[in-house]
Amino acid sequence: MTGSTGHAIELRAVDKRYGKTAVVDGVDLQVHDGECFVLIGHNGAGKTTILKLMLGLTRPSAGQVRVLGDDPMSRSFATRRQALGYLPESASFYPHMTGLELLGYYARLKGVSRAEVDRRLDQVGLHDAAPRRLNTYSKGMRQRLGLAQAILGAPRLLFLDEPTTGLDPLVRRDFYQIIGDLRAGGTTVVISSHALNEVEARADRVAVIKRGRLVTCGSLPDLGRQAGLPVRTRLAVTPGSAARVAGQFAANVQVDRINEHSVELVCPEDQKMTVLRQIADLDDAVLDFTMSTPRLDEIYLHFMNGERP
Amino acid sequence: MRMLQTILILAAKEIRDGLRNRWVAATILLLGTLALALSFLGSAPTGEIKVGVLEVSVVSLTSLSMYLLPLIALMLSFDALVGEFEHGTMLLLLTYPVARWQILFGKLLGHAAILLLAILIGYGGALGVLILAGDGDTTGWQAYLAMMASSLLLGCVFLNIGYLISTLARERAVALGAAVGAWLLLVVLYDLGVLSLLIIDAGKYISEGLFSALMLVNPADAYRLFNFTGFGEIARLVGVTDIGAGSESGLMAPVVVMVLWVIVPFLLTAILFHRREL
Repeated sequence: MTGSTGHAIELRAVDKRYGKTAVVDGVDLQVHDGECFVLIGHNGAGKTTILKLMLGLTRPSAGQVRVLGDDPMSRSFATRRQALGYLPESASFYPHMTGLELLGYYARLKGVSRAEVDRRLDQVGLHDAAPRRLNTYSKGMRQRLGLAQAILGAPRLLFLDEPTTGLDPLVRRDFYQIIGDLRAGGTTVVISSHALNEVEARADRVAVIKRGRLVTCGSLPDLGRQAGLPVRTRLAVTPGSAARVAGQFAANVQVDRINEHSVELVCPEDQKMTVLRQIADLDDAVLDFTMSTPRLDEIYLHFMNGERP
Repeated sequence: MRMLQTILILAAKEIRDGLRNRWVAATILLLGTLALALSFLGSAPTGEIKVGVLEVSVVSLTSLSMYLLPLIALMLSFDALVGEFEHGTMLLLLTYPVARWQILFGKLLGHAAILLLAILIGYGGALGVLILAGDGDTTGWQAYLAMMASSLLLGCVFLNIGYLISTLARERAVALGAAVGAWLLLVVLYDLGVLSLLIIDAGKYISEGLFSALMLVNPADAYRLFNFTGFGEIARLVGVTDIGAGSESGLMAPVVVMVLWVIVPFLLTAILFHRREL
């Protein structure tokens, strides 16, 4: 269904201009089948527009968009939308319908059974609120209903635009639990997000968008390497041996901090294993160690500030 | 099959919305009350000029519907697209397996069903009451049914004008203004304009043919023409015997005009809607 490429989505040299302003500027990217792909970027970077291009809501000014092997703006794509799920940023619904009516309406349009409507309402915890009108729903409930409609029919491709903004941590956990279940079933997920700490653990690959351009794209370790961000290692040592321990490391391992009980080392990503071996050689002078690879927010900040190092 | 099903799902939603927000109830009540009131008021002098009560009703209801139905139809439709765009529900709907023309057609079907229901119950109910009150006198029932059918057609004309406005306007408030403007222009001012032209012209340039054409191209006038000239008795009653009264062509031309007024705005809306980006 996705063609021979193994790409659920492919963008080739895609531009989107409104008048003279380029909202999306020469973006090339592929989303692989079954992965969790995360778009991060500042407000107005063009993340939502990229999602709209993928959904066939907006026509690219230049370049080519392929989703499930087809042009999402083409007439033939309408039936393919059966396999799509979308949760817009701050989704709005028909206020006078009840939760049950709304989900039933969307289910009929997607050709999904009534039984699944009930199941999805249970899944997002809206069983009791289902007979109530939507204008009485809280922001969190609307967002959960938004997720329920997005996952109707267990889509092959799920688009989530800032899915967890304004949700409490408990709901957020349920949210990712449900998405995790779908992913286990082979659903490809594309998320646009600001919540870097949330997506960090879930993203297979991350694309950093800045002013409509794709700055970089890859797995977190890839991006960490690209950014040249150091790996930090903290060693707990036996009292008095700190200086001896610190002297043991190679020249490209920098000793950042040192005191009686601990040594903190900073090294490039590719020296990680060397450091690990050297620690092992230190025998019982080292009591404990923690190693921290660059976090997504550090990587993000690095790429966002790329122009003025 | 799936295509038809999708359209019916969309239409059913519009009907349910109409029932929920009392549009249907209000329209039925309005049409029914006015039909009965006008008929009974109008039935007083019928005994003397030997015209059936139904035929008199057709005349008075035509004059009323000509103003009222376009307004009702526009109020149903002006919001149809711009409302969903403004509210953000269109964004989500368009990610569903639904073609844009299906959305438009579904809305038309749903709104037309609401009008049909209102006309059937409002005018149809009045018809039943009139026949019962007239001791089973059914003279002119064909004219009455033709009036009901053409009322639906007139409603559909203005539904589609409303959709066109709804896809052109970028804001709901603008669409509302434009809808009221379209109603004024087509239903009220057009006749006044033609009349003024006739007076200014004083018979120099505007021939009878041109006048007939001017009266025919406007959908509301076409509706009136259809109901006033379609059936001989009524034509005599209102005194418009000149414009092809009672003939087949006199019936056909206004219908063709109204059908065109349905199709052309619908197609224009479909094209504009299809091009629209979110």
